[in-house]
Amino acid sequence: MNTKRIAYLLLNEAGIGCILALLCILFSYSVPNFASKPNISNIFTQISINTVIAVGMTFVILLGGIDLSVGSMLALCTILAGFTITNKELPVGAAITLAVLVSMLTGMACGLFNGFVCEQWKIHSFVVTLGMQNIARGAALKFSDSRTIFSFPAEFNSFGLISYFDVPVIFIMAITLVLVGHFILVKTIFGRMIYAIGNNEEAVRLSGHNPRIYKIAAFMICGATVGVAAILYMLRLNMASPILGNGFELSAIAAVVIGGTSMSGGKGSMIGTLFGAAIIGVLNNGLLLMGYSDFTRQIATGAIIIAAVILDTYRAKLLRMLSS
Amino acid sequence: MSADILSIRSVSKNFPGVLALSSVSFSIREGEVHVLVGENGAGKSTLVKILCGYYKPDKGKMFYRNKPYLPETPRAAMDAGIRAVYQEFNLLSYLSVAENIFFDRLPRKGILVDKKKLHANTVDVLKRVGLDVDPGMPVELLGVAQMQLVEIAKAISSKCSMLILDEPTATLSQGEISRLFEIIKTEQQQGLTVIYISHRLKEIYEIGTRVTVLRNGELVSTNDVDKVSVPQIVSMMVGRQMGVEYPFNDAISPKSEPRLEVKNLIIAGNPNKISFELKRDEILGIFGLVGSKRTETVRALFGADIKRGGEILLDGKKLDIRSPRDAVKRGLCLLTEDRKTQGLVLDMPLASNETLAALNRVTKLGLVNKHVEHFESRRLSKGLAIKTPSVYQLARNLSGGNQQKAVLAKWLFRDAKVLIFDEPTRGIDVGAKYEIYLLLWRLLSEGKGILIVSSDLSELMGVCHRIIVFSGGQVSGEALRPDFEQERILKYAYRVS
Repeated sequence: MNTKRIAYLLLNEAGIGCILALLCILFSYSVPNFASKPNISNIFTQISINTVIAVGMTFVILLGGIDLSVGSMLALCTILAGFTITNKELPVGAAITLAVLVSMLTGMACGLFNGFVCEQWKIHSFVVTLGMQNIARGAALKFSDSRTIFSFPAEFNSFGLISYFDVPVIFIMAITLVLVGHFILVKTIFGRMIYAIGNNEEAVRLSGHNPRIYKIAAFMICGATVGVAAILYMLRLNMASPILGNGFELSAIAAVVIGGTSMSGGKGSMIGTLFGAAIIGVLNNGLLLMGYSDFTRQIATGAIIIAAVILDTYRAKLLRMLSS
Repeated sequence: MSADILSIRSVSKNFPGVLALSSVSFSIREGEVHVLVGENGAGKSTLVKILCGYYKPDKGKMFYRNKPYLPETPRAAMDAGIRAVYQEFNLLSYLSVAENIFFDRLPRKGILVDKKKLHANTVDVLKRVGLDVDPGMPVELLGVAQMQLVEIAKAISSKCSMLILDEPTATLSQGEISRLFEIIKTEQQQGLTVIYISHRLKEIYEIGTRVTVLRNGELVSTNDVDKVSVPQIVSMMVGRQMGVEYPFNDAISPKSEPRLEVKNLIIAGNPNKISFELKRDEILGIFGLVGSKRTETVRALFGADIKRGGEILLDGKKLDIRSPRDAVKRGLCLLTEDRKTQGLVLDMPLASNETLAALNRVTKLGLVNKHVEHFESRRLSKGLAIKTPSVYQLARNLSGGNQQKAVLAKWLFRDAKVLIFDEPTRGIDVGAKYEIYLLLWRLLSEGKGILIVSSDLSELMGVCHRIIVFSGGQVSGEALRPDFEQERILKYAYRVS
């Protein structure tokens, strides 16, 4: 490997990975309990939900869009899945399976709506998903009568507690989803088209493709990951509530942006998104253990987002220098 | 005879690969309407931009009212009293007519805008240009002719002593043109100097005092309008062009049966029906000036823009084309005039660009096979002699000629039947141009249909078997290879008889 190749890697995901590693080392030295097994396992659990949503969000942002409705969609998914899973007429196994399906289909239906409206009337996704944010939240509150759903089957609740070698099962699922997302982006035609459309939609259209299909599909994928995230959240909390997921859209967008994906589309990676979600999680956890308040941590997260974007402008410049 | 207000001495301007202006010298007299003509790329726009402070000349001097003149910024040119009205208007569409006219010098009352004074001033100026609209009306609600008058009002209401009009009549009706000319004449009598750029040669005699002809960035001559005729001007504009060689192969001659037929095509914003056909084994050229709808026609034919009617037949079979996707499926492809914004995905590697239109050829079960892609991309790049260190080089980093070849590679990989080239050699150096021409012949010998749209007439005359001429959204003439005659083709394009 020559120096140019290393520099290239450092300017991509590896660079974000290095920042994450530095952050971990820093906290391990300055915070006594940070590197302990229970705490690491705790961080894994904490970042899982955001990571899963951020996987879907990466697809949308790579196409130059945004999805502000994921938080509300998550609440709606938990409510509908909650109803299904607590249905006493179904056998437990069937209820759980059906609940997972309901959750994912709900997310995909919302995503289909988002994508279709955006593409059919050429409206920016910011506005459409802002509308969906309210629709989904309202629907969740209405369906549930603004009540929380408890008493899930014991089999379901105990599954959420499983961990292998101190790695919680929901984190394993999140990582699996990241890898699937990475595979789709890097290896498949679909992924190739996502990058191409994000870069230059018109050129893709004039090459004989239909970019609309891909853009709608991206929103549906995002919805599906929200459906998965909803189930993982239910595993963690053992309840479903219409007020869940407030502000989740911002954490997911932050993870994607810190991970180096360009808001105008076409550039970014799934591994970067994973690192982005981890940086937010580690920072939050570390500062918490150091005794900083919720408020301080919020300020830190905000600062990291802005810093990441500023760094990104330099990164782009360096990359251009390197490639020419 | 009045004195010179502006004299231009040996002004040159270089752009990468193009000498846009080469040692141009002429002068403008105070109070005249000086008409500037020349083909596309003759250097008119560059000259205007230099006068208005958008570009700086590489060499040469300019004197304005006998003082050296070299505007650093557009603002400096305006302060000197030189203003231009371009084809594309610089209006703020949501603001009112009054605010647009006085945007850079709004009358004030303390920190507020003096609305009364603004209104009164605007009413005065509008009267001067004969525009009867409410000064408070948002500009976006005006018609094109009215917007142009607002632009002119904006210019002449400031201390403007020289007004540059770039193709002001391109989008106006006959009545609007006469009114515009009246306004120009009135202002001229009050001492305004006008530089008037137009493609409509007849207008020269109606409005002009003197006419200057530019060709390929060089000055041909300046004459009083009553001393030159339209044919003389046309031949000055055309001249003889040298430097590019054209490979022409007599071995292939067009057959009589048609390959691609376009029947009664109706495109948006054009009332005329367009019909033409491309014959088997023929290279057909479409020539037309800016605004002749040549690009719009091929885009509609390809499904890139909406078409309102008409039929397209390929090898005698009717095609139903509603999107580029349909066109590509049926074997048509379009190499757009702007390869950077429409042809290539600049931030993706050359290889990905080459396979973009036929991804299924390098994939299995939805997965891109990088090895096959690498192999195919190297084969294509080698076949077209694309110069690049690796097929993974980003398209952005390729030179213009290689970028154009990359777009061509994309369509060759798709195995298209008919290739439509829009300005295939724009912004490409001479060597690469020659290679592209050779490729055209190779493709023709492989049985592809080739349609070339170009504003470079000498290119079309060098390459095509037949040229059809577009003017004002319809086919205005046709010329066959042995009888190519620049002046005749240009006459079709300018519609002078």
